[in-house]
Amino acid sequence: MATIALTVNERAHVVDVEPRTLLVELLRERLRLTGTHVGCDTSQCGACTVWVDGKSVKSCTMLAVEAEGAAVTTIEGLAAAGPGEPSLHPMQAAFNACHGLQCGFCTPGMVMSAAELVRRHPDPSEGEVRHWLEGNLCRCTGYHNIVRAVLAAAAAMRAGDGAGTGAPGVRP
Amino acid sequence: MTSETAGTAVPAASSEGIGASVARREDRRFLLGKGRYTDDVRLPEQSWAVFVRSPHAHAAIRSLDAARALAAPGVLAVLTGDDVAADGLGGIPCGWQIKNKDGSNMVEPPHPALAQGKVRHAGDPVAMVVAKTRVQAREAAKLVDVDYQPLPAVAHLRAAATAGASGGPVPLVWDEAPGNVCFDWHLGDAAAVDAAFAAADRVVAIDVVNNRVAPNAIEPRAANGHYDPAEDRYTLYTTSQNPHLTRLLLAAFTLKVPEHKLRVVAPDVGGGFGSKIFHYAEELLVLWASRRVGRPVKWTAERSESFLSDAHGRDHVSHAELALDAGGKFLALRVRTLANLGAYLSTFAPAIPTYLYATLLSGPYAIPAIYAEVKALFTNTVPVDAVRGAGRPEASYLLERLVDKAARETGADRVELRRRNFIRPDQFPYQTAVALQYDTGDYDATLELALAAIDYPHLAERKAASRAKGKLRGFGISTYLEACGIAPSALVGALGARAGLYEAATVRVHPTGSVSVFTGSHSHGQGHETTFAQLVADRLGVPLASVEVVHGDTDRIPFGMGTYGSRSAAVGGSAIVKAMDKIVDKGKKIAAHLLEASVADVEFEGGKFRVAGTDREKAFGEVAFAAYVPHNYPIETVEPGLEDSAFYDPKNFTFPAGCHAVEVEVDPETGVVEVAGVAIADDVGVVINPMIVDGQAHGGLAHGIGQALFEECVYDDAGQLLSGSFMTYCMPRAADLPMFHVGNHATPCTHNPLGIKGVGEVGAIGVPPAVINAVLDALEPLGVADIDMPATPERVWRAITAASGGGK
Repeated sequence: MATIALTVNERAHVVDVEPRTLLVELLRERLRLTGTHVGCDTSQCGACTVWVDGKSVKSCTMLAVEAEGAAVTTIEGLAAAGPGEPSLHPMQAAFNACHGLQCGFCTPGMVMSAAELVRRHPDPSEGEVRHWLEGNLCRCTGYHNIVRAVLAAAAAMRAGDGAGTGAPGVRP
Repeated sequence: MTSETAGTAVPAASSEGIGASVARREDRRFLLGKGRYTDDVRLPEQSWAVFVRSPHAHAAIRSLDAARALAAPGVLAVLTGDDVAADGLGGIPCGWQIKNKDGSNMVEPPHPALAQGKVRHAGDPVAMVVAKTRVQAREAAKLVDVDYQPLPAVAHLRAAATAGASGGPVPLVWDEAPGNVCFDWHLGDAAAVDAAFAAADRVVAIDVVNNRVAPNAIEPRAANGHYDPAEDRYTLYTTSQNPHLTRLLLAAFTLKVPEHKLRVVAPDVGGGFGSKIFHYAEELLVLWASRRVGRPVKWTAERSESFLSDAHGRDHVSHAELALDAGGKFLALRVRTLANLGAYLSTFAPAIPTYLYATLLSGPYAIPAIYAEVKALFTNTVPVDAVRGAGRPEASYLLERLVDKAARETGADRVELRRRNFIRPDQFPYQTAVALQYDTGDYDATLELALAAIDYPHLAERKAASRAKGKLRGFGISTYLEACGIAPSALVGALGARAGLYEAATVRVHPTGSVSVFTGSHSHGQGHETTFAQLVADRLGVPLASVEVVHGDTDRIPFGMGTYGSRSAAVGGSAIVKAMDKIVDKGKKIAAHLLEASVADVEFEGGKFRVAGTDREKAFGEVAFAAYVPHNYPIETVEPGLEDSAFYDPKNFTFPAGCHAVEVEVDPETGVVEVAGVAIADDVGVVINPMIVDGQAHGGLAHGIGQALFEECVYDDAGQLLSGSFMTYCMPRAADLPMFHVGNHATPCTHNPLGIKGVGEVGAIGVPPAVINAVLDALEPLGVADIDMPATPERVWRAITAASGGGK
């Protein structure tokens, strides 16, 4: 067992983990943050994408011990927390407005990945969005409305609508 | 290109009712990470199961020693086929029986939940290890010692039908199925077809392979079983498209515990595409194991396990001939198909290559005589069953490839040849030569819409532009037709189904006028929580926010047959409408009493009961309140309360149709095919929510383009699945696809109350032949006349090289 300290969605945690424990196992099984999903065993599908220190990472491909000292943001931490109902991040709002999700299973990873793209490249082209999302598989949408959602979110974020571009606590 | 829905016959939409693109109500929980999928459910004292699966395609189990596994940390049980037999668990049943040409029944071998004596495909489950943690179960599973004696295996159709690769005797998957034949079935009038061929001016023949695909919902299958000894009751959380059907099969065949002792919950389900229709062994086994170990038992597939345990789709090899007269009119069609069923019969398996395939071989065309023979074979592979489209993609692929070939060989224009043979709008209802009767359609309209959307008149300029940069541009269409909204119970019963295919709904109006809808349909991406609420808003005039749609729990919903075959809106939606009709009828009686009018004079519209021709009215909420607080109430003739249920059994299939047009650009140096444009026009009947309907079309298109260009389950001759992970099985990705242009032209279905046909599968059915026709159009200048799916760069490059007389 190894003891690691990390913050997840701005909450500090100190946990004992086996060295082989994957970050996604820590998130889902120990911290019960089940919004992060597992869709494959070869690091292809991207359903498990989270941010580690502001960078999108496939949490099935990172050991929990590697997250020592890191700030992790999951889909549960993306929306701006406040009194009452959380208000959606512009990427989440755009996925709803553009029908960028159907079954919802790939969605957390898709949103986390796309939100990082727009943070890095505020005005991506359609081709850049498609290329960026190569590591995220969706079987439902044909990507059409996902791409529309990402472009719409980017436009909204450039215009300064919504809650801003990064989750709280994320180091730029 | 942008998505749009135009030219429909839908009445003008209210902001929330039928025809409105309402944003989905279910999205919020998914976007916040608050969806609750089966693997997210953790019960008190949760334990975990891992399955030991056969590494061999075919082998005898000489012995199985669980001692080391049982001694491993945390292990609660190691269960085997012997335990399954000793406890009297039933085998996994097949839900459909097909008759042979001679009237005898198909061969229906046993399908034990855990292998007994033999394994018959790589991935066949042999033992179940239950432990206190997932890691402990995984570790212990490696310690189960199974001594296999490998046997010769057969994986491919042609090998199963003829002889082994070495020319030796064909390995038999089942001793009771000589020649590996499950059934040898036919449909149509052979004599009429022979006569038509004898009189034909032209005969065009084609051989096509419909590649085997894996369903690959992004959520892997999972099941969590809990036996509660206090109530002597079982609860199963499972990734299912139809929890009531699973409960029925558990009760009647496998667990053999009556329905009232069983609760099946299919919570949020991350996509199905057919693969989550079927009752799988793991669902039975987690319930049984829970009773044995005294804790809830959860299993979640890893992706590589999904490839070896989710039912696959397609896998046909066909030869077809089309007879034409001198004017290009189709006279007759003759089809011979081999269909791979895998090692065991999955729930719907025999129906797919028969009644969901051969009945569709007329497509949108008037073909006077059709004869189809289908021989279905067992192989040492994963069972084959419905995957998005299920039989209909195989039919449309064969027919649309053949029509294109007929145009090429007879010198006809491929668009004109199709137009000439379409069933005309004045021919409906149209009885095909293969059992179906189409109610309505307008195939010219969707053809014209798609051609206009893809700018067909300027194709030559685009081809020249591609040529100028060293690329080959090709154009292809498919004018497909499918049958969905399955299906009339009496009809499918006569065809071999062992279940009815109606749908059930309960509509509960609460005292303050809010509404709960309990539907037997199941939403796993389709958006029923929105579209079914729109039906209620439309019919009862209550705001969308006052409507709740409940699905996926056999304890909350009286009954249901679930979601598959694009049936939810056409059948499930019709059941809701039927239940609402009863609510309105009762409401009129209550309102008549309150308004002191005759029932016959009371109208209901826009949420108001009104005495016709007057301004005397009662709001829907007032009537609901009166029904639950019946102080001033027609109590002698009307019961209190406002809730009703309905079962809707469809009168016919529905027949979506349309035209899918595709342009591709091929790099002749590398064989890479780029999808340059996709424009489709579908007739899916009346549309409840255009945004959601377009989304269904998009997903189907990606699925169909995936089959045409990327996806294939590749087995080697020994029965090992070579493309068994996302590393080797090529799923379509965002960068592989363009934006889709989706158009719509509705001819409302004539026999259900909503006029809906169905949209969930049209993309997967319509687009694969359009893609391959486009690839062949691009390659025509190089002399390539044929190519199989998936048209991978390697396959295209080899075809180009072979046609140019180059090396292999």
